[in-house]
Amino acid sequence: MHGNTPKLATANGPPGEPLVAPSLHPPGARVRALTLALLLLRVGPFLILFLLVVVLSFLTPVFLTSRNVGNIAAQTAVIATVAMGQHLVILTRGIDLSVGSTLALASVVGALTFQNLDSSLLVVLAMIGTGAIVGSINGIVYVCGRLPHPFIITLATLSIARGLALELAGGRALPGMPDLVRLIGHGTVGWLPVSAFIVVGLALILCVLTRFVVWGRWIYAVGGNPEAARRTGIPVRPVLITTYILSGVTAGIGAVILAGRTDAGSPLFGNLLELDTIAAVIIGGASFLGGRGHLGHALVGAFMIGVIRNALNLLSVDVFFQLIVIGIIIVLAVEADVFRSHLEGRFRVLQTARTA
Amino acid sequence: MIQAAAVHVPPPPALLGEPPVLAVEGATKRFGSILALEDVSLEVRRGEVLALLGDNGAGKSTLIKCISGVHPLDAGMILLDGAATAIDSPAAARAAGIETVYQDLALFDNLGPSQNFYAGRELAGPAWLPRGLRFLKHRAMDRATRDLLARLQVSLHRHDLPVALMSGGQRQAVAVARAAAFAQKVVILDEPTAALGVRESRQVLSLIRRLRDDGNAIILITHNMEHVSGLADRAVVMRQGRKVGELRPSRENQQEIVSMIVGA
Repeated sequence: MHGNTPKLATANGPPGEPLVAPSLHPPGARVRALTLALLLLRVGPFLILFLLVVVLSFLTPVFLTSRNVGNIAAQTAVIATVAMGQHLVILTRGIDLSVGSTLALASVVGALTFQNLDSSLLVVLAMIGTGAIVGSINGIVYVCGRLPHPFIITLATLSIARGLALELAGGRALPGMPDLVRLIGHGTVGWLPVSAFIVVGLALILCVLTRFVVWGRWIYAVGGNPEAARRTGIPVRPVLITTYILSGVTAGIGAVILAGRTDAGSPLFGNLLELDTIAAVIIGGASFLGGRGHLGHALVGAFMIGVIRNALNLLSVDVFFQLIVIGIIIVLAVEADVFRSHLEGRFRVLQTARTA
Repeated sequence: MIQAAAVHVPPPPALLGEPPVLAVEGATKRFGSILALEDVSLEVRRGEVLALLGDNGAGKSTLIKCISGVHPLDAGMILLDGAATAIDSPAAARAAGIETVYQDLALFDNLGPSQNFYAGRELAGPAWLPRGLRFLKHRAMDRATRDLLARLQVSLHRHDLPVALMSGGQRQAVAVARAAAFAQKVVILDEPTAALGVRESRQVLSLIRRLRDDGNAIILITHNMEHVSGLADRAVVMRQGRKVGELRPSRENQQEIVSMIVGA
C-alpha cells in the first residue's frame, strides 16, 4: 500500500530506522554485548532447568536418586509428548485447546477396542487414530471454514471430545489395557521408564521433520509470515492441516502412555492438559507469536513443570501452591520473550549504524 | 543525492530487434463500478529500467498486481517475449520468470537469508518423495545464497541470522536479491526505497543498476524524482487508471513529469 500523502519530494523520505544516538562505546562492542544477551536469553530455559536441578539436589537428597529421576521421567512423559505436538501448532501461530479431551477420548476408544478385540496393536492404533481424526477435524474446519483463529474450533472439539468420551465410557473409567500398552506406560528399562524412550523416539522423528525436511521449513515460514508464505507458493492450508493432525497424533500417543500407566481408559484423563502443554512450550522459550523455537523448548518446558511439581511434592509444599508457581513462571517466560524482542530491536538499529 | 547517472550502455542492436520481454496490451481492470485500469499498454526490454509513475490511486499498484498474478485482467493481455501468456496466480507469474518485490518485502523475519531466498522453492531431494517430505539441501542453498549476495555486493555481517535482526537496507537488499536470484525475465519493484535512509537507498539503487546490467528488465515504482532521472531509461506516467504519457526522464524534464503526474 502506498502512503496516504503524495511523496513527490526530490529528497528521500524520512529514514525508516530511528537515528542512533552517538555513543561512547563503539557499535562493534555493543553488538557483541547484545549478541551475548540474546544468547543468554536463548539458552535461559536450559540454564534455569539445570540450576533448578542443582539447587533441588542440595535441598532434598532424594531428588537426584535414580528412582526419583525415573519417576519424574514417567510423570513428565505425557506432558512432554503432547507438548511437542502443541509446539508444532504454536509454531504456525495457532493453538490446540483440544489435546486434553482428545487424549481422554483416545484412551476410552482404546479401552473399548480392548474389550472387543484382544489385539495390542489394534488398541494402540485405535488410540493414535482417534487422535489423528480429532486433529484432522480441527485442521480442516480451521482452514476450510476460513476461521480467523484456531482458538474457537479447538475449543469446540475440546467440548465435543470430552462429551463423546464420557458418553462412550458411561461416565466412568474402563479398566484393562493390553500388555503392549501396559509395557509402554508402566514398564522400565533399568530405572528408566519405557515411556521416556517413547518421548526420545518421537522427539527424534519430529526433529528430523522440522529441521531437515521441507515440510518443517514450511511450518516456520507459515508461522513467520502467513501472507508471504501464500505469495511464495507454499501450500499453506495442507501445512496447517497436517500440523493439527500431528498434534492430535501426539495426544493419541499420550493416551497410550497414560492408559498404560493406569491400566485403564478414562473420560477424565487429560484434564487441563492443554494448559500444561501450552505452558511447557512457553516456559521452554518458544515464542507464542509463532515461527520461533524448537522441540528442545517444548521438552525443557515439560521437564521444568515435571521437576517443579516433583520437588514441591518432595518438599511437602501444598499442592495448590504448584499452580501458583507455574503461573508465575509462565509470566516470567512471556516477559523474557518480550525482552528478547526489545533487544532484537536494539540490535537492528546497531546493524544500521554499522553499515555506515 | 544521486550522483550523475552512471554511463549506461544502451542495449546492443541485436536486442532491439527482439520483441520486448514483457508487453502489456490494452490492460483493463474494474473493481465493481470503479475503473482501476483503462486500456493501459506498456512494454519493457532486457537491460532496461522502466519507471512507473503516478500519484496514489493512479493505478500503478493495480497494474503491477495484474502483471504479478494477484489480480486477473478483465480485458487486454500480457505478452512475454512476444507470446501471450496467462498469468492467473502469483505462482504462475513466478514460473513465467516475473519476480515482484512488494513494498512490505514479504520476508520471513524468523528465517535467515538463504531460507528466505528458497521459501516455497526449496532445494530438496530425493525426487521420488512427495515435495513436502523431501530432505533439504541446506549447504547447497546456503552456498548459492552467499554467492549471489556476494555477486550483488550485498554485505551482511553474518549469514546465519534471521532477517529480523537486519537493518532496513539489508532487509530490502535481501528482498531485492531474492527476486533477482529467480527472475528470468522481469523484476518489479514497488517503492523499494520508501522506508530507507539516504545511504541505504543509494545501496539499493546501485543494486538495481547491477540487476539491469545483468540483463533483467526492471519495472520500478517510485515517487522519488531523483531516482527516476538517475536510474530510469523510460518513464510511463499514469493518472486515473490511464496511461497519460511516456518519456525519457532527465533532470531537465522533471517538472514536466510532475505536472503530468498531478494533471496540472
